[in-house]
Amino acid sequence: MSHPTGAAPSALEGIRILEIASERGVLAGKLLADMGADVVTIEPPRGSAMRSYAPFVDDRPDPEKSLYWWHYNTSKRGVTLDLESPRGRELFLRLVASADAVLECEDPGQMARLGLDYPDLAEVKSDVIVVSLTPFGRDTAKPDAQVTDLTVLAAGGPVWSCGYDDHSIPPVRGGGNQGFQTGAHYAVLSLLTALLHRGISGEGQHIDVSLHAAANATTEMASYCWLVAQDEVQRQTGRHAMAMITMPTQSQCADGRYVTTGIPPRWPHEFSALHAWLVRLGLVDQLPEAIFLEQAAEKEFIDFSLLGQDDEVNAIMGAGRDALLLIARNVSAHDFFIGAQECGLSAGAVYAPEEVIEDPHFKERGFPVRVEHPEIGRTITYPGAPYRFNGSPWRISRRAPTLGEHNDEVLGELGVTSDERAKLRADGIV
Amino acid sequence: MTTALSTIRICDFTGQLAGAGATKWLAAFGAEVIRIEDPVRQGMWDILRPMMPFKDERRGVDFGGGFNNHNTEKHGITLNLRTERGKELLTRIIEQSDVVAENFAYGVFEKWGFGYEQLREIKPDIIYVSHCGFGHTGPYKKYKTWGPIVQAMSGLTFTSGLPGMEPAGWGYSYMDHTGAYYMAMAILMALLHRQRTGEGQWVDMACTEAGATLNGTTLLDYTVNGRGMRREGSPNSNRSDSPAMAPHGIYPCEGNDEWLAISVRDDEDWRAFGRVVAAEWTTADRFATLEARLEAQDELDVLIAEWTQGLQKFAGERQLQAAGVPAAAVQKPRERIDEDPETERLGLWPTVHHTKIGEVRVDGLPARFSKTPWKIERGAPCLGEHNDEVLSRLLGLGPEEIDALREEGVI
Repeated sequence: MSHPTGAAPSALEGIRILEIASERGVLAGKLLADMGADVVTIEPPRGSAMRSYAPFVDDRPDPEKSLYWWHYNTSKRGVTLDLESPRGRELFLRLVASADAVLECEDPGQMARLGLDYPDLAEVKSDVIVVSLTPFGRDTAKPDAQVTDLTVLAAGGPVWSCGYDDHSIPPVRGGGNQGFQTGAHYAVLSLLTALLHRGISGEGQHIDVSLHAAANATTEMASYCWLVAQDEVQRQTGRHAMAMITMPTQSQCADGRYVTTGIPPRWPHEFSALHAWLVRLGLVDQLPEAIFLEQAAEKEFIDFSLLGQDDEVNAIMGAGRDALLLIARNVSAHDFFIGAQECGLSAGAVYAPEEVIEDPHFKERGFPVRVEHPEIGRTITYPGAPYRFNGSPWRISRRAPTLGEHNDEVLGELGVTSDERAKLRADGIV
Repeated sequence: MTTALSTIRICDFTGQLAGAGATKWLAAFGAEVIRIEDPVRQGMWDILRPMMPFKDERRGVDFGGGFNNHNTEKHGITLNLRTERGKELLTRIIEQSDVVAENFAYGVFEKWGFGYEQLREIKPDIIYVSHCGFGHTGPYKKYKTWGPIVQAMSGLTFTSGLPGMEPAGWGYSYMDHTGAYYMAMAILMALLHRQRTGEGQWVDMACTEAGATLNGTTLLDYTVNGRGMRREGSPNSNRSDSPAMAPHGIYPCEGNDEWLAISVRDDEDWRAFGRVVAAEWTTADRFATLEARLEAQDELDVLIAEWTQGLQKFAGERQLQAAGVPAAAVQKPRERIDEDPETERLGLWPTVHHTKIGEVRVDGLPARFSKTPWKIERGAPCLGEHNDEVLSRLLGLGPEEIDALREEGVI
């Protein structure tokens, strides 16, 4: 394979994917494009609705400066095409003939109405892979249902498990449009699986992914406690929803920030390290129960299966928890995280997103990446790789496309002449 | 029926959901996934093996309900890697595998003598995917995590909550699920790369980094506009700033802990919403534009809650949906699993047969493939359940040799 000079190979090099721009699946195209697939996102000539989504550069609404659009469309090429017009559809079919896969998130029935459903596409490209990501799947009983990320997560289960101990407070939808993103994750898994199959068999296919089902399959214990034991989990502040109430694990530190105290100490060496930490902080005198930490540190093994039955085991368990809570009240969240981890205890600081990208660990790993925005003469820091491939690395190859940026390039590749392109533009087809 | 991945063999050291969830997808499409577990510790590195929920009164390493859920359609063998013979057998399995997958803490697998360099010596085109909390480089690489800690450190706990309150976070290991999705994507993409080039590689996955990417727009707001999420009144994750919608929230309904989620996307939705609610305030000028409604969200939330309080949640959902307004009841597990035709129609909760547990339902997959459908029929392997089958078929060992391995504590 040939690569641009100096560039590392890409995992998905040579794979072309057409994406009909939609907030429901836009992450899927990004994940594939950042791994080297040629993802062409297709917007209506007036532009995708996502271009109107806040936030904007300097808070000034501008279809070329939506940070939502920017984030989700890295490494893609962008064309405009009016799929409602016969000539737009004809061009779409010509694009399909050159593509490996199509990703679409239109409401059920829409692609068939346009004459662009899987059978139509398979006629021009027999081994095409089509992934449809819709609210409830293609053969839903409610094809007209309107959904947002909030309603997907409410109906699909995640919301039931998230919120606070006080159940007079509404349950909480986790932020960041995770319902749409979960659907997009399944769309990518599906598309990659179908590509591997095609590589072996030469066969394409249609894949029907449901956002509602994707949320349902992403609720961990809420689903399997019901499936296995008909137990219903109940939401709790900052920790797992459970069928039975559990002790809090989230604690406020001296700087007002929170930590998750994680898994309490269990092994003698952990009790020993925890005791030493208390001593270093000069807090040991404030915790009479510290004596149990020392006792635990001397043991060969602590049998926590005796919890609730054996007074000493109970005291050791309690002392471990109390020591962590005492330390949390006396140090910053970050110091708590580092100190606990250095004791071998699994604990974490509750970072705001901006604190992640500023953290030395993520900086050293190269998580923040710089992306050129020549159109505004700036270089912007973006979140980086979700995984690190040593042979075919993840990379943002270009910033998100401006409206119709690659019309000439992509249509030119199809053999559409510049005169024809001018006519298409004049007629509002592109 | 054809299976998509039947030519692929995975040497699988994954555990919990963050790892096992990845190979569950592959196994459902026909990949041969061979779980390799430690006979000395009874496979308990995967803490879900003996953990609740249980189908009946029986307990033990073969009865964990979560373990069964995450390990359907896999094979399971035991190998004691403290012994030379165990290492030798593993080497011979790796020779015949396409992928080695693990989610141990940093350094564990290498300490056993199976780092990427050694794996590549055994099989030059091997694909090795390691998945841990902070990855294999950087100052935190030795730090330990599980789902809630990954969520805390990657910003996801913080971004789930209501103003003036502590973080609500995620009431489950969202990043165990999603870490598994990214791990499975990494395996599939590395396989595609190998299919085209013949080359294997190592993928170092840090679950916290995968998690951090899930707040992408928020991160750009910080790097471009200097606006972080840690500020007065933020976050309020039941509302929607990106895209901006109002009103947008979760409102109390008739009954105990019953809720209705409502999103009013634009002015058209607002007028439709007003026709359903049929109260004077829905036509008030002060709520007529999106801008005005965004400003007045606190007031609107109170008014809407007064309306929903007398409503049955599913009736509210139906009325609003009939008017074209996005609305959904907050469904409880029973409602979405046993009473929801939209999950039943997809066969989302297949019943598997587990050798000891018997018949039990598990999570299915939310995707329908026209040519290569997934199949989830067999439960998770009991500890060492496929020792005889795998060692004889793959390594050509006879019954006496396998018995000897058992007696020597190798398997």
